[in-house]
Amino acid sequence: MSTNPQSNTRSILGTLRQLLSDPMGLIGFILVTSFVLIALLAPFIAPFDPIKIDIIAKLQGPSLEHWLGTDQLGRDTLSRLMYGAQIALWVAVTSIGSAVCIGAVLGSIAGYGPKWLDNTIMLIFDTLRSYPVIMFALAVVAIFGPSLTTIILIIVITSCPTYGRLIRTQTLTLRNAEHTLSARALGLSAPVILFRHIMPNAIGPVLIVASMDVPYVIALESSLSFLGLGIRPPTPSWGGMLNDGYSFIRNSPWLVASAGLPLILVTIGFTFLGEQLRDTFDPKLRG
Amino acid sequence: MILYTLNRLLLALLIIVIAVSTMFMMIHLVPGDPVNVILGPRATPEIKEALRAQLHLNEPILTQLLYFIDGLLHGDFGQDLISNRPVLDILLEQFPHTIILVVFALLISTLGIPIGSYAAIHRNGLFDRIMGTASISIIAMPALVLGLYMLLFFSVELRWFPSIGAGDSSDWSDYLWHLVLPVTSIGIAWIGYISRVVRSSMIEVKNQNHVRMARAFGLSELTITKRYMLRLAALPAITMMGVSVAYIISSTVIVEIIFSRPGIGRLLYEAVISRNYPLVMGTVLFSTIVIVAGTMITDLINALLDPRTRIKEEQ
Repeated sequence: MSTNPQSNTRSILGTLRQLLSDPMGLIGFILVTSFVLIALLAPFIAPFDPIKIDIIAKLQGPSLEHWLGTDQLGRDTLSRLMYGAQIALWVAVTSIGSAVCIGAVLGSIAGYGPKWLDNTIMLIFDTLRSYPVIMFALAVVAIFGPSLTTIILIIVITSCPTYGRLIRTQTLTLRNAEHTLSARALGLSAPVILFRHIMPNAIGPVLIVASMDVPYVIALESSLSFLGLGIRPPTPSWGGMLNDGYSFIRNSPWLVASAGLPLILVTIGFTFLGEQLRDTFDPKLRG
Repeated sequence: MILYTLNRLLLALLIIVIAVSTMFMMIHLVPGDPVNVILGPRATPEIKEALRAQLHLNEPILTQLLYFIDGLLHGDFGQDLISNRPVLDILLEQFPHTIILVVFALLISTLGIPIGSYAAIHRNGLFDRIMGTASISIIAMPALVLGLYMLLFFSVELRWFPSIGAGDSSDWSDYLWHLVLPVTSIGIAWIGYISRVVRSSMIEVKNQNHVRMARAFGLSELTITKRYMLRLAALPAITMMGVSVAYIISSTVIVEIIFSRPGIGRLLYEAVISRNYPLVMGTVLFSTIVIVAGTMITDLINALLDPRTRIKEEQ
């Protein structure tokens, strides 16, 4: 966007400093960074193989060897949580990424195109938003069967309307901005105007909203896996582990307690970071 | 107002029709013959053919869709594959358990109104700051984790609340007692949402002319807050509650399973597990209709309370 890379880096550093000066932003930043690092480095830092069964060591409480105890098959909870972070991060990045892209295309067409197209796209968005997400997800799983792809598909379908609506509003305000009008006067085509002159200015708030949506997406994946309709065992997922813990909640409360912890920390991390980002970049969005 | 109501009603109907059609098309994309699912592998070709004719399966899919919508208009959501009872009967049997969960969750979310207004009046005070951080932390907390932790602490460890079922529906105190944990795990996040929305709109309203006027006339702060500020500041909260219905109904699936309660969510889950497609479709459609109706009602309430909304739309 900017022609001067130096000023760009400086502004990024400045923003980061402003972000970290607030305790809430700092906590959010630390939690989110550790989540991403743990997810990426899981194969190197996990103390045990997450799917190795050791039935003698089943349902243990925390110990020096197993910091967060073991599950009903004697698998190390901490290692499984670390690998579970990998799945959670992958689902969040791919599904939100695709949802933002689809939402951006549809939303900008709705905002820039003719009125009838705008109405049609908005009607589709309204319909998609009126499905209760988890129920819609269960129906889709009933049809296509449980898998990672199904989960990502569900998240993309149900969350692209949010981004689409945001982009549309931005496009509506930007379509009559001076730089857009002059681009049109120069005879540039609609796609060029949209992607070179409107999108760069419209995408900012969408990215902030997207970062705050990460916990929802991870929670949805966990909820489906908890119901046994998401990630299939033995692949470790936070929801699947919560389900294991739920089954043994009376004998071994440790399992459910430790499996819920990463979800709580990631939720707090992304919400704090998102709030702070929003206050820093766009105080108008504060709701 | 009449024009606005008609407009909203038409939009709601259109959304329901599109939602129904999409769901119908999706279910019929499933590979495999529904007749085989219903009758099992040992049925004779004659019986299969008879059922196929009865279900209009030999006609083009658009005709089937029209038959289905026609059935819906007559309250016919199809037949349950396992018990062979009408889907609507089963839904209506389970619905009260879910709706009571939703209503109570909405009720406790209104706690956010006093919290938000108190925080706005004493802006940047201790209460405001504590509540600010608390509401941000709780706002995005998934019902899954909240429900499991509450189950763990309050019923498994402390044994304060029951962990299973909806209780005896003839004994209302027992029924309410069973509601406490499920309702809290769904509703607590919405206390956070509502309090934040009310706080920020209160701060906005605080300096408006009519409030300054009331203050200049020497009315007490309590009267000003109640009569002049809260009325305006509650509008976004009402919109928010309309939006929340969709999320709350969605969360009931998880909560009903965690606390082993009867209800629509649990029904849907069991239908998915047993591949009972008519019941799956019926449940999703039924809850979608409830949500669309809920959103429409909040829109209308808003328009009634704030004429500016409807005038803007009518122009």
